[in-house]
Amino acid sequence: MSAPRLLTRPVAALALFAALAALPPVALALGDPFLVVVGGRMLVFAIAALSLDLILGYGAMVSFGHAAWLGLGAYAVGVLMRWGIDDLALQVLAALAVALPVAALTGAISLRTRGIYFIMITLAFGQMAYFFFVSLSALGGDDGMALTHRSTLAGLRLMETDEGLYYVTLAALALAFAGLWALVRSRFGRVLVGTRENALRMQAVGFRPFPFQLTAYLISAGICAVAGVFLANQALYVSPAYMSWQRSGELIVMVILGGIGNLTGAVAGAVVTIALEEGLARWSDHWRLGFGLLLVLVVLYSPGGLTGLARRLTGGRE
Amino acid sequence: MTPLLAVHDLHKSYGALAVTNGVSFTVAEGELHAIIGPNGAGKTTLVAQLSGQIAPDRGRIDYAGQDVTRLDMPGRVRRGLARSFQITTLLPGLSALENVALAVQARAGSSFRFFRPAAAERALNAEAADALAEVGLTDRAYRLAGALSHGERRQLELAVALATRPRLLLLDEPLAGTAGEEAERLVALIDRLKGRVSMVLIEHDMTAVFALADRISVLVYGEIIAGGAPDQVRANPKVRAAYLGEDA
Repeated sequence: MSAPRLLTRPVAALALFAALAALPPVALALGDPFLVVVGGRMLVFAIAALSLDLILGYGAMVSFGHAAWLGLGAYAVGVLMRWGIDDLALQVLAALAVALPVAALTGAISLRTRGIYFIMITLAFGQMAYFFFVSLSALGGDDGMALTHRSTLAGLRLMETDEGLYYVTLAALALAFAGLWALVRSRFGRVLVGTRENALRMQAVGFRPFPFQLTAYLISAGICAVAGVFLANQALYVSPAYMSWQRSGELIVMVILGGIGNLTGAVAGAVVTIALEEGLARWSDHWRLGFGLLLVLVVLYSPGGLTGLARRLTGGRE
Repeated sequence: MTPLLAVHDLHKSYGALAVTNGVSFTVAEGELHAIIGPNGAGKTTLVAQLSGQIAPDRGRIDYAGQDVTRLDMPGRVRRGLARSFQITTLLPGLSALENVALAVQARAGSSFRFFRPAAAERALNAEAADALAEVGLTDRAYRLAGALSHGERRQLELAVALATRPRLLLLDEPLAGTAGEEAERLVALIDRLKGRVSMVLIEHDMTAVFALADRISVLVYGEIIAGGAPDQVRANPKVRAAYLGEDA
């Protein structure tokens, strides 16, 4: 029996990225520039869904408070903008400087629990973050804060146009995807996946899962906070609503829809969710009903999500 | 010479039920020490305490001259005190080779490496392949552990334990659920390991135990009622009454 190929090439992911790269010119050709804005939202949530898939799909840590990192990243932009700091790199650093210590604390506490208790404790931390910003009147409280302009990149106003912002976000998404693609196949990723499969087995060969799980939790929170930086730029607005538990639930839905434990699936899940949100909302106010139905069908008939479905239809591996 | 493993007066109770009640025994370097006893004697609970999976209420476990009573399971494994499980405990979604390679990885350098693909690490794969060859699973290397037959999973369970490079191996019913040729292959494997690795063997198959063991301890209701060389144990009237009577 021969060895399987060491690195299955991410064919589906490359096709998906090519389609995403082609979206702005196609949208302009169709005379519908709003599609670029929708596409930008897809990219932001694709980054967030990727980050969640690392812990949920590869680490079996179902976080129901993941939107908190999205919000913290967005507030980092809002606060720095207020201080007159427009640079994207500094805003990303600030987002990480806030998110990582908070994640270290909440992660260390949450990881003492398993299963349903982990879900509940992350939900509780997420809601604490939400209510903290709701009651923080200095930062607009419930009303949030409006931004007057977008971030600059190395002093350049590259992201001022929707297309410019789109491509910078796409670059961030590609970077996150490539990094996580390597990570889940690395030694570290193997320990994470092994712990998902059977934590007792991992201990019996000499691993203590906690530091690996906590590190994954930190990486996940950090990437999601970066997504929040782009979300603030997309909306030119920062609000506690970004951190609501509904938003955390939506991220979980994206990961499940795309296929748990599959990075391409996380991106696809985010793209499809946002597309349906926009598409169905144009068609009917009751779009969530149709979306719910679709989710039920996917979960019932294709446990591997959309990527699992695609794999079966093409008869390929990924 | 100090024994490799010395268990002193170990106690563990669940409520009023004393599952381990003053167990003491030693295992010398190179010895295969079998522990037998009827169902419910507390054998698996004893292994769980020796391996660090659960903490005893009282007593002490010395391993390689050090008190390891408070050390957790990963800590004991790193010192060479490894175990296999009665109920197959593998990573079903990973290949047989990956299951073993993780055991190699656990002791070969840091696992906080984030970019290089682990599947491309020749050293990990080579050692893992050796362990698979040792148990006769070479042609199953790339099959998912969850897709192996029961007997093959028992072999893989041993390969994973061996890949930790144990000095003392705790085998919790390695033959459980196997029969005929499968069982013979596992017995032959354990026999090959004798001398190279010290072992504590928990097993129901009396033919295998008496063929393999250097010494036997008989555990009944959480207490060791007899111990010694196989012939002495076989002749012991207490043992015959308590246990061997079933099939003698």
